[in-house]
Amino acid sequence: MQQIKINGALHSVDADPQMPLLWVMRDILGLTGTKFGCGIGACGACTVLMDEQAVRSCITPLSVTAGHEIVTIEGLSSDGTHPVQRAWRANNVPQCGYCQPGQIMQAVALLKELPKPTEQQITDAMSGNICRCGTYVRIRASIKSVAETF
Amino acid sequence: MTPVINLSRRDVVAGGTVTGLVLGFRIGFRTLPVAAADTPASAIFVPNVYLIVDDTGLVTIVAHRSEMGTGIKTGLPMVLADELGADWSRVRIIQARGDPKYGDQNTDGSRSTRQFYQPMREAGASARQMLEVAAAHVWHVNANDCQARNHTVVHVPTGRQLSFGDAARVASTLEIAPLDHMELRFRPASEWRYVGKPLPIIDLGPITRGKAIYGIDATLPGMKYASVERCPVYGGKALHFDATDALTVPGVEQVVEIAATPIPSGFYPLGGVAVIANNTWSAQQGRQKLKITWDLGPNAGHDSTAYRARLEATARQPGRVVRNQGDVDAVLAAAERHVSADYFVPYYAHAPMEVPNALAHFADGKCEIWTPTQFPQSARMTAAQVLGLPVEDVTVNVTLLGGAFGRKAKSDYVAEAALLSRRIGAPVKVTWTREDDIQHDYYHAICAQHLEAGLDAEGHTSAWLHRTVFPAIEATFQPDVTYGSSGELQQGVTDLPYAIANVRCENGPAANHVRIGWYRSVYNIPHAFAVCSFTDELAHAAGKDPLDYLRELLGEPRKLDFTAMQVDYPNYGASLDAYPVDTARLRGVLDLVARNSGWGNRLPPRHGRGIAVHRSFLSYAAAVVQVAVSGAGELTIPRVDIGLDCGLVVNPDRVRAQLEGAVIMGISNALYSNISIKQGRIEQSNFSDYLVARTDITPETHVHIVESSAPPGGVGEPGVPPIAPAICNAIFAATGTRIRTLPIDPVQLKAT
Repeated sequence: MQQIKINGALHSVDADPQMPLLWVMRDILGLTGTKFGCGIGACGACTVLMDEQAVRSCITPLSVTAGHEIVTIEGLSSDGTHPVQRAWRANNVPQCGYCQPGQIMQAVALLKELPKPTEQQITDAMSGNICRCGTYVRIRASIKSVAETF
Repeated sequence: MTPVINLSRRDVVAGGTVTGLVLGFRIGFRTLPVAAADTPASAIFVPNVYLIVDDTGLVTIVAHRSEMGTGIKTGLPMVLADELGADWSRVRIIQARGDPKYGDQNTDGSRSTRQFYQPMREAGASARQMLEVAAAHVWHVNANDCQARNHTVVHVPTGRQLSFGDAARVASTLEIAPLDHMELRFRPASEWRYVGKPLPIIDLGPITRGKAIYGIDATLPGMKYASVERCPVYGGKALHFDATDALTVPGVEQVVEIAATPIPSGFYPLGGVAVIANNTWSAQQGRQKLKITWDLGPNAGHDSTAYRARLEATARQPGRVVRNQGDVDAVLAAAERHVSADYFVPYYAHAPMEVPNALAHFADGKCEIWTPTQFPQSARMTAAQVLGLPVEDVTVNVTLLGGAFGRKAKSDYVAEAALLSRRIGAPVKVTWTREDDIQHDYYHAICAQHLEAGLDAEGHTSAWLHRTVFPAIEATFQPDVTYGSSGELQQGVTDLPYAIANVRCENGPAANHVRIGWYRSVYNIPHAFAVCSFTDELAHAAGKDPLDYLRELLGEPRKLDFTAMQVDYPNYGASLDAYPVDTARLRGVLDLVARNSGWGNRLPPRHGRGIAVHRSFLSYAAAVVQVAVSGAGELTIPRVDIGLDCGLVVNPDRVRAQLEGAVIMGISNALYSNISIKQGRIEQSNFSDYLVARTDITPETHVHIVESSAPPGGVGEPGVPPIAPAICNAIFAATGTRIRTLPIDPVQLKAT
C-alpha cells in the first residue's frame, strides 16, 4: 500500500511500485483527464505536475511519487479558470482536444518557471508535446497571451 | 416509452401528458425512418431524428457524425439551430449511436457538411414551421404571421410570444401536414445568427478541464483490460503460444487467443494473443512475457526498399491508360524541350494521439460497445459479424475521438473487444499501445510516379504524361487487386486541370503486402506532390515565374468536361453539376494566396517561396510556403499562407483551425514521417522513430478563406495536399535543389 497525493487529496494505492503513475491515476483512481499517448515519454500527452515540475506520468513509477505533490488537469483549478485554461479557451486551441491536458500542464510548468518566455523558450519547453491535429500556432499564441498578463 | 405521432401517416395520438411528435422527412434521396430510440422521457416534441424539444424548451440536437477534431459536432447543429430559431445557449448536443436511421455516419472524405448541410436545414426549418403552426393554433391566427426566433414564436402583428417549450407542447398534440407536403421556407442568410460565425466547439470547456470523455476513458463496473500481441507480419498467425510467464505478472488474469482473419483481412481483427488483466499496465507487462511461435505468412519477405524499386520500374513502363487526349507520344517526341521526373512518397501511419481502443460488454446474447469510431454503423456491423449476432443486438456508443485521420474508420479494434468480452464473460477494454498503432496500421499507400512533359519554343507545355503506381486500398478488402480505382485516380491524376492539348494518365500495377487505408487527403498527397512539383519544374525549365506559369496552365476559366474526355470521374461521390472541377476557382484561391503572401518580394539568400494549388474533396486549396535553408542544411519554415475555397463556410474558426492543422500535417508528411518495412516487419515503433511535426517547426501561418455561397465542399482534407509540394518548390527557389522523394533527406539540403 502506498500513499500518493494528487490534487491535494491523499490516496492509498495497492499497486506494483513500478506501475507508471499514468495507469495508477487512470485505471485505479479514475482520473482519466491525463492521457496515454506513447508510453515512452516521447509525446507529452500524459504530462502532470510533480512539485510544480512537468513530468511524463507514463514513465514515472508510482514509487517515485512518494512524498511529492501531484497536480493533474483535473486539479489545476476547481472550475477551469486557471489563466492557462482560460487562454486555451479564448484562443479556441483544441481540435480533437486529446493532447491538450498534457499541453496545458506543460505550459503551466513553463510559465511558472519563466513567466515571460521567449519564442525559443516556448519551443524548448513545448517541443516534447505532440499535437497531431496541429494546434501549435494557437498553443504558442495562448502561452504568449498568458505571459502578457504577468 | 414515449408514444409517438407519425405525422406522415396522420395517425394522431393525443391527450397524454407526454406526447412525442414525429415525422418522416427526406434526407437526400431517401426518406428516413424516425422515432429516436434513445429519446429522453422529458421529450415532448421529436420532429425528426436530429432534434428533441423537452418540456422546459431545452433543444437537444443529435450529432450523428463523429467528432475527431474538425468541429463537426458543433457545426452541423449550428445549421439546425439557425433554421429552427433556437437560442444557442439553450441548445444541448448529444452524440448519436451507430444507427442507419441517421443516414450516413461514415465520418470521412470531408463529407459531413457537404452531405448534411441541407438535411440539417430541412430538419430545423420543418420543426420551426410546426412550432409556428402550433402557436397560430393557440392564438387562432394565421401561421404565416408567426415567426420562430430566439427560442420563441412571435405573432408579428401583435408581438405576442410563445416559448419553445409551450409551442412544442401544443405542436405535439396537433395534426400537421406531413413534411412531404410541407413547403419548407429557409431563412435568408441575413437572418443567420450562427452559420458563418466563429462559435467555440461545444466540448471546449470539458476539454480544457480534462473532463471530455474519449473512448480510452470509458469504463464499466467489473471491466477488464486487454493488450493484444499481434503477428509482426501482415497475414501471419500464431502457431502456438506459452502464457506461463505472462500469467505470473501481478494483475494478469487470463491469456486468450483471437483467431487470425485470412488476408485480405479488411475491417476484421488481425488476430493474436490477448492478455487480460485488472489494469492496462499489467496487461502490457504480461504481453512482454508471452512466448509465441508465429507462422509469418506470405508477406514475410516484404521489403519497402526493394518494393519501391519495383514500383519505380513499373512507373517507367506504360500502364493502363485512364485519361488520354491528343497525341502525347508524337508531341513529346517533337517537343522543343523534354522534361522528365520521378517522384516518391512513402508509407505513412496515421498515429492519432489517442490509440485505437474499444470497450465492449457482451451479455445475454447482446453486445454494447463504447469506442472512438469514425464509422459507427460499420463498427456495429463488424462486431455483429464476428459475434454472429443480428446487427440489432449490437449497440455502438460513439465517444469523442482523440484524432483519427482515417484510422478510426476501420473497425478491427472494435471487433477485438467484442470477441474478448464474449470470450471472458466480462466487459473488456482493448487499448492498443503506440507500438501496436505504428506497426499494425492501415498505412497510407506508398507511391511512385513518373512524369514527362514537352515544352514548345515559347516554353508552353504541349504534352503531359503522368504515370502513378501504388497499392490500392481495395486490396485491403479483396484479393488480387493491383490497379487503382477511379476513386483513387480522381485524386490528382485524372482531374489534371491544366489547359494542355495532349494529356495521358496511366496507372501501373502493384501487389499489396500490408493493410492500406485512407489517410487524411489519401491519394491526393502523392499526386499533388508530383503534379505541383512537376509544374514548378516546368516553370523553371521555361524560365518563367512559377505563379505566372500556373496561371498560364490553368488557362481560361472553364469546367472540366469528363464526358468529353471519356474519363470515369466519381467526383468524390458528388454531382459534377453541383460541384464541377472549375479552373476559375483554382485560379481564384491561387491569386488570393499569392497576393497575401508577398509572392515576388525579395528574400534573403537561401530563402525561397514555393507555390502549389490543388482541388480535392470538392474544395480548392492553395499554399505559398516560405523556407530558409542554412548552409548546414537546416530547414526552417518562417511563413505559410494557405487559402481555401470550400464554398459556404459554416464555422469560419473551425475552417481556419483545419487549415492550420493541415499545414502541420503537410509538414509531417514532407519532412519527417516514414514507414519502412524489412522482412515484413515495420521498422518504426513509436514517436521516437516515427517522426511527426512538433512545435519547433511551426511556421507563422496565415489562413485565407474565399467568401462564397457555393455549395459546401470539404474542409478537413483539402489543405494538406498543396503543403508538401509548396515546401519542396520553396526549397528549390532557396537552394536550387529539387526534392522528388519524401520525406525530405536533410543531406540533400546542405550547401555544396
